[in-house]
Amino acid sequence: MSETASQAVPRIEAYYAPTSLEEAVEQIAAGDVAIVAGGTDLMVTANGALRRIKRGLMNIRHVPGLDGIAETGGRIRIGALATMTDILESDLLRAKAPILPATADRFASVQIRNAASVGGNIANASPAADMVIPLLCLDAEVELASWKDGAVSTRTLPITDYFTGPGKSKREAGELITAVEFDAQGAGGHAAFFKTGPRPALEIAIVSMGFMARIDGGTLSDIRIAFGAVAPTPIRAPETEKLLDGQTLDDDLIARALESADTEIKPIDDVRGTAWYRRRLARVYLEEELRNVLEG
Amino acid sequence: MSLKVEIELTLNGATARASVPAHWSALTALRQTFDLAGAKLACGEGECGSCTVIVDGESVNSCLMPAVDLNGRTVRTVEGLWTDDGVDPVQRAFIEKGAVQCGFCTPGMIMQARYLLDRNSDITDAEIRRGLEGNVCRCTGYTKIVDAVITAARAAA
Ligand SMILES: Cc1cc2nc3c(=O)[nH]c(=O)nc-3n(C[C@H](O)[C@H](O)[C@H](O)COP(=O)(O)OP(=O)(O)OC[C@H]3O[C@@H](n4cnc5c(N)ncnc54)[C@H](O)[C@@H]3O)c2cc1C
Ligand code: FES
Ligand code: FES
Repeated sequence: MSETASQAVPRIEAYYAPTSLEEAVEQIAAGDVAIVAGGTDLMVTANGALRRIKRGLMNIRHVPGLDGIAETGGRIRIGALATMTDILESDLLRAKAPILPATADRFASVQIRNAASVGGNIANASPAADMVIPLLCLDAEVELASWKDGAVSTRTLPITDYFTGPGKSKREAGELITAVEFDAQGAGGHAAFFKTGPRPALEIAIVSMGFMARIDGGTLSDIRIAFGAVAPTPIRAPETEKLLDGQTLDDDLIARALESADTEIKPIDDVRGTAWYRRRLARVYLEEELRNVLEG
Repeated sequence: MSLKVEIELTLNGATARASVPAHWSALTALRQTFDLAGAKLACGEGECGSCTVIVDGESVNSCLMPAVDLNGRTVRTVEGLWTDDGVDPVQRAFIEKGAVQCGFCTPGMIMQARYLLDRNSDITDAEIRRGLEGNVCRCTGYTKIVDAVITAARAAA
C-alpha cells in the first residue's frame, strides 16, 4: 500500500461540498457521485474504495439540517450525519431510547465513533450493521430526499422493510438519507444490545441482538427482538415476539422462544463464523436476556 | 490525474493552505503536503490508530478522513503539542514511564490520550483503557502506555 496510491490513480473529476439540501440532491440526480460522510466505510484500504469512483465525490457534511438529535411531539429525529459519539453521549436518547446509546457503546473505537455516521451505517446496508439493530427494534423510519421535477422530494420507508440483501436496500440511486425517526419510548421499558466478535473493541459482529420489552408484574408486552449477521439483512423475529407477547416468563416459555428464534434466523458460514456457531450465539444471547428479564 | 481541490485549515494553531488531490486521505495530505510526519500510516483501515489526530476537538483516524474534508477545520497533530514550556504532560509521562519502544504507535497513542484527557478531567483508569482500544502497539504490551496516560491524568487533576 503506497501513500501516493500510484498503482491506479483514481480519476475524480469533480468535488462537491454542497451547502444546501437542494444543491446536494440536484447534484446527486445529475449522476455519478459518491457520497462521503464520515468516510469510515468509503475510505477503507487507504483510498482503495475511491479508486472505483468514476467522476464526482460529494462531501455532505456541510448540508444544513442533516445533523442533530431532537424530539418533537413524541417523535425523535436523528440526522443522517449524527455520529456514534453523538448517539452515545445524547441525554435525550439515554432517557427515551436507551437501546441506541447501549449499541453505540459497542461500536468500534473512539476514533471511529467520532467519525462514523448513522446515515453511513444504514446506507452501507451490511447484514452486520450495528446501529440498524436498535433502529429495527424502535420501528424507525428512514427519511430519503431526492430531486424530482425541479424540487426536493422526500419519502420515508420503515426500516423493517428497507433492506433487500447484503449491501442492498430500497434506496434509489438518486436518494440521500436525511434522517431516521421513531417514537420516543416511555419510562419503564427494558432494552439491551448484544454483540460478539474476536476483538472486543473493533469487531464486525458475528451475531448481534437487540431486545426491547415492557414488563408489568412479570408480564411481557411490546416485545421487539432484532438480530444482525444471521440473515442476508438485519432482521426482526416477529414470530418469537408474538410467542412472548402477553406471557409471563418461565423456563418452558424461554425454551419455546429459543426454538422459535432458531427457525427465524438463516445464518451462513463465512470467514467470521460458521452457521452453527451463529445459531448457538443467537440462542445464548436470547436466553441470557430472557433470564435477565425473568430475574429482574 | 485526479482533480485537485484548494483547502484552508487551521493546523496546529496557524492557517495552512494547499491544493490536494481529491482522492487523498487527510493523513497523506498531513504527511506529504504539510510535512507533518508524526501521524503514521500503518493499516490504512481504521484498525490501529497510528494516524490519530484531533479535528475540531474530536480524535479521528486521519487515514479514513478525506483530505478535501480538512477544509475549514481545526486540526491538531502531535507536532502541535510542543509549546514554549516544552513537551506536553502526556509526552513527558511517556518519556518518564518508558512507554515508547519502536515509537511507531506513539504519536497516535499520545494524540488519543490527549483527546481523552481534554474530554474528561476526571477520567478513571478503566475509561483510559477503553479509550485507547482503537490504538494498537506491537512492542510494549500496553502496560507502560496505560501507566503513562494514568500518570499524566493524575498529574493534571
Ligand atoms: C475499524 C472499523 C471499525 C468498524 N466498526 C463497526 C462496528 O462496530 N459496527 C458497525 O456497524 N460498523 C462498523 N464499521 C463500519 C462503519 O464505521 C460504519 O458503517 C459507519 O456508520 C459508516 O458511516 P460513515 O459516515 O463513516 O460512512 P461513509 O464511509 O462516509 O459512507 C458509507 C457509505 O454510505 C454512503 N452514505 C453515507 N452517508 C449517506 C447518506 N446520508 N445518504 C446516502 N448514502 C450515504 C456512502 O456513499 C458510502 O457508500 C467499522 C469500520 C471500521 C473502518
Ligand atoms: S493507519 Fe489509520 S487506523 Fe491504522
Ligand atoms: S512502541 Fe512500537 S508499536 Fe508501540
